[in-house]
Amino acid sequence: MKTLSDFLDMGGYAGYIWPSYVLTFLVVVLNVVWARRLLARSREEARRRLAMRSGGGAAGTGGAGGTAAPTQAGEAT
Amino acid sequence: MSDPIAHTGDAVAGPDLNERGTPRPHTKAGTSIWAAAGLTLARDLRLAFRKRGQLVQPLVFFAIVTTLFPLAISPELSRLRDVAPGVLWVAALLSSQLALEFLFRDDAQDGTLEQAALSGQSLSGLLFAKTGAHWLLTGLPLALMAPLAGLSLGVPVASVPGIVASVAVGSVALSLIGSMGAAITLGVKRSGALLSLLTLPLAMPVLIFGARATELAIKGESYGPPLELLGALAVLGITLAPLATAAAVRVNLE
Amino acid sequence: MSWTWFHRLGSPPYIYNLAARLTPWFAWPAALLMLGGLYDGLVLSPPDYQQGDGFRMMYVHVPTAYLSVMIYTTMAICAAVGLIWRIKVAHAVAASCAPIGASITLCALVTGSLWGAPMWGTYWEWDPRLTSELILLFLYLGYMGLRSATEDVQRADRISAVLAIVGVVNVPIIHFSVVWWNSLHQGSTLLRADGPAIATSMLIPLLMMLLGFTLFFVAVLLVRLRGEILSRERSASWIREAVTP
Repeated sequence: MKTLSDFLDMGGYAGYIWPSYVLTFLVVVLNVVWARRLLARSREEARRRLAMRSGGGAAGTGGAGGTAAPTQAGEAT
Repeated sequence: MSDPIAHTGDAVAGPDLNERGTPRPHTKAGTSIWAAAGLTLARDLRLAFRKRGQLVQPLVFFAIVTTLFPLAISPELSRLRDVAPGVLWVAALLSSQLALEFLFRDDAQDGTLEQAALSGQSLSGLLFAKTGAHWLLTGLPLALMAPLAGLSLGVPVASVPGIVASVAVGSVALSLIGSMGAAITLGVKRSGALLSLLTLPLAMPVLIFGARATELAIKGESYGPPLELLGALAVLGITLAPLATAAAVRVNLE
Repeated sequence: MSWTWFHRLGSPPYIYNLAARLTPWFAWPAALLMLGGLYDGLVLSPPDYQQGDGFRMMYVHVPTAYLSVMIYTTMAICAAVGLIWRIKVAHAVAASCAPIGASITLCALVTGSLWGAPMWGTYWEWDPRLTSELILLFLYLGYMGLRSATEDVQRADRISAVLAIVGVVNVPIIHFSVVWWNSLHQGSTLLRADGPAIATSMLIPLLMMLLGFTLFFVAVLLVRLRGEILSRERSASWIREAVTP
């Protein structure tokens, strides 16, 4: 039965194996995070655009976060 | 009522003029793709020769780049001879890139490219002719200049035919790959860097085999196999590249 | 034969909702398979008689390398479909594939380099397989660069589709490079005529990782695709329902 330190040592190849696994793990996680952030941003923008269009002359921005320029609220699209 | 245009005077009816003296419209069957391609080639060559200064730019660039290496590495001919294949090929690759940006740009701007696309002639054939002009103006002169640069890097005189052959054949593939890149980046302003990013990866096999052929020629060994592979790449390019180039031009003209 | 299912696939709202529903079905199995394969590969399976524990690099390098090529092929096929039949959703899929593919290719190159260092004594070698994999990375970057440099979305779609299709010629080169040349990289282990040349105890975790990574790609693709579709459909009426929580 291997001990934890044996496991971490990976028969001497630790310096190659662990960076590889860490990098792969990071790439996987970053892809997930990046994709979800993109989706959230797209939804946010879409909500803001809808609110501006339906808000019309009113100054309401509807969506949370982000600031719409005051001039845009008056535009009829 | 007499036709005002009928005052042709000396004009005689014939293949170009009808009885009333007006020009006959050329039917589509009248101009074959070979004739159209030939006309395009001749036109491009003629236009290029009007700007002689621009013609020599790639060659001057090639000369300068090959001069940089002895200055940067070492003036020792024995060391230069070892790196000569790589130096020659990188310089040739970069030099042929220079002229690519303008391969289609002038024609795109003045509407000639659009006319070519609408002409009913095969667009890939016409663009192949333009690429051929590019090779005649850039690749072939580079192939002839390369031995001179090589000699300055200490290669033996006996290797000159091999150098000319490898650069001449390889530059055909380079021109074709470059024409694809130029067509794809037509819609991008200041496309120099992007053009290189797209073209150089696809040009890497040409570089690999070309440098290998040149290296064997310099060593005095048989350079047939890599040269044949270069030829295969050139043939592959001739068959496929014009299709991709035409597709890219059509997208950019939409 | 009814083609409605095919036409529905071309409809952005349908795909948006379908992607939302399908994502968990890919994400959770992916996570389970990857964790399971990781445990099996790192802890359970015995060391290789030749490479010792060093062979365990295989469990990340092979999936990422395979994925890098598979993603490009997917991207090129969708780009071609979008170009030929003018289907916007296909272009959106291709656009979503590219960043995933680029990061995975980088991962494949680095893990391969780290595997090569102890095994072949070198971090890098300009042999055909490694070079063509590097070219693949440049193709991804070129595709993304071309997209961002082109202002009109429709033109960006179509011109990058041409580029993606041209670059497909690299895919068979990557695959067959170890057959055609005396490459430093080893030959095919799994896709062979007489079955895989690998011990079962190593094969099982490898297959788990391969499948897990593939499902991971599809899950991430589905999420990206939804974001991509939303950003393209500026004024469509279905958006109101989709984004109001």
